[in-house]
Amino acid sequence: MNNESAKIETRDLNLFYGTTQALKSVSLSVQEREVTALIGPSGCGKSTWLRCLNRMNEMIPGVSINGGVLLDGVDIYGKSVDAVEVRKRIGMIFQKSNPFPQSIFENIAYGMRLQGINKHADLHVIVERSLRRAALWDEVKDVLKKSALALSGGQQQRLCIARALAVEPSVLLMDEPASALDPLSTSKIEDLICELKESCTIVIVTHNMQQAARVSDKTAFFFEGELIEFGATDILFTAPTKRKTEDYITGRFG
Amino acid sequence: MLTLKKKILGVAVPGLSGAAAFFSVASVFIILGIIFIGGIGNISWEFVSQAPREGMTEGGIFPAIVGTFWRVLLMSLVGVPIGTITAIWMCEYAPQNSPITRIVRFAVNTLAGIPAIVFGLFGLGFFIQFCGVEMDKMFAPEGVIQWAQPNILWASLTMSILTLPVVIVSVEEAIRNVPQELREGSYALGATRLETVLRVVLPNAVTGILTGAILAVSRGAGEVAPILFTGAAYFLPHLPEGLTDQFMDLGYHIYIMTTQSADVDGTKGVLFATTLVLLTLTFALNLAAITLRYHLRKRMIQA
Repeated sequence: MNNESAKIETRDLNLFYGTTQALKSVSLSVQEREVTALIGPSGCGKSTWLRCLNRMNEMIPGVSINGGVLLDGVDIYGKSVDAVEVRKRIGMIFQKSNPFPQSIFENIAYGMRLQGINKHADLHVIVERSLRRAALWDEVKDVLKKSALALSGGQQQRLCIARALAVEPSVLLMDEPASALDPLSTSKIEDLICELKESCTIVIVTHNMQQAARVSDKTAFFFEGELIEFGATDILFTAPTKRKTEDYITGRFG
Repeated sequence: MLTLKKKILGVAVPGLSGAAAFFSVASVFIILGIIFIGGIGNISWEFVSQAPREGMTEGGIFPAIVGTFWRVLLMSLVGVPIGTITAIWMCEYAPQNSPITRIVRFAVNTLAGIPAIVFGLFGLGFFIQFCGVEMDKMFAPEGVIQWAQPNILWASLTMSILTLPVVIVSVEEAIRNVPQELREGSYALGATRLETVLRVVLPNAVTGILTGAILAVSRGAGEVAPILFTGAAYFLPHLPEGLTDQFMDLGYHIYIMTTQSADVDGTKGVLFATTLVLLTLTFALNLAAITLRYHLRKRMIQA
């Protein structure tokens, strides 16, 4: 693997929930401006690995982590690194869309307000830009003051993407972002992923193998906490080298 | 034989349990009915807007209403923030199920079970005889007793400790109702724990905090024992003007008129009317709390 251009990578990453080992020595590197898909059966560790990349796991009681997670070559679990700073650079989209029960505008402005940007004019510029990037602007531009909860499920998820984009992250982590959405909304999210990879490095967890094949450049297959196979998506899906991978993508288990 | 026993039980059990249920409903209606019938005739604008006259057989209960209002307000100003901060700490900061959290929870539960009169004695011993005496040593001129005596401040502080568990439990429930996904959304955008608490958790728990405050006020307004020794007065010719003043109080007024009156028959009407006012007040507060909680639950289901 060429580590020179790795945007984010883990080295021998182990994670324990109490005494249960959820990740077993996972080494995987994600290249800049690529979409990397993580597939595997439920409980295989793909979401756990994803949440290690922005230090979301450490808030769960009983979790212990060892090994390295490097963002642009710097260990984000290092002593001098603040988890809050890491999360500003690595955005995250969750399985269940989670807009704050506030207006659409305030949802997008949240991350900027945290950084001390409070002038309405400044906020408005970024809100518009973020909503445009998330392909939501035309649908909501007249109702920015309305509650975000009034939006449809697909719109809420794109709102969450816009909210993450507003803080200009260089990496976007997506944890099954379309699993609760209808096909039309799903295809909008997928189009969006393809556009966003021009400016962001994207890691997406998905249960939908067609989706992985459609949107990703590289795919990683996880099984029981281990990284089984990792490679270019078209090769992994057509000519997997490992037996387990082949069994999984052909639907023989999982 | 067995069938007869079963038949008797089949009639007796529903009958007895029904009677028991009826008993509690009947008690409420009898109590409210007696108070309402006895009191309503004496309720007038004069009654709620004037001071007592003629050994409390004439006039109104205005000073007691004002006294109750101020002590409940002071109590809330102290108790609600402390209770809210405690609840935030227990939900958001303290490690779950750690010894320290369990100790705090045990303390809160114990606090809720302590008899009210014990709070009164605690207030007398701690606030008046300790805090008051020390404050007099520091601030009052030599030989003058300013703080080391019952007053509205000590009564309110005592009451805020009594109602602390009510606030804590209510706010905790509201905070735990804030979906975890919202917290994660906030953290993922680079918010610190404090920012998440202030910008996401608290705004979404505000109804619960209000409910807690109202329940505390309603509980506090009806309690008499904690203020017996810490600030309530039998009769005062003027309204409380500062923290070191004593005050008249609705609940205490009822107690006084019942036990200390020189003319029992003469004060009876006033006594009933005062009770009616106090009941109406606490009932209205409880109703407000229930309404708020109902809206909170409804909003949570929708979200």
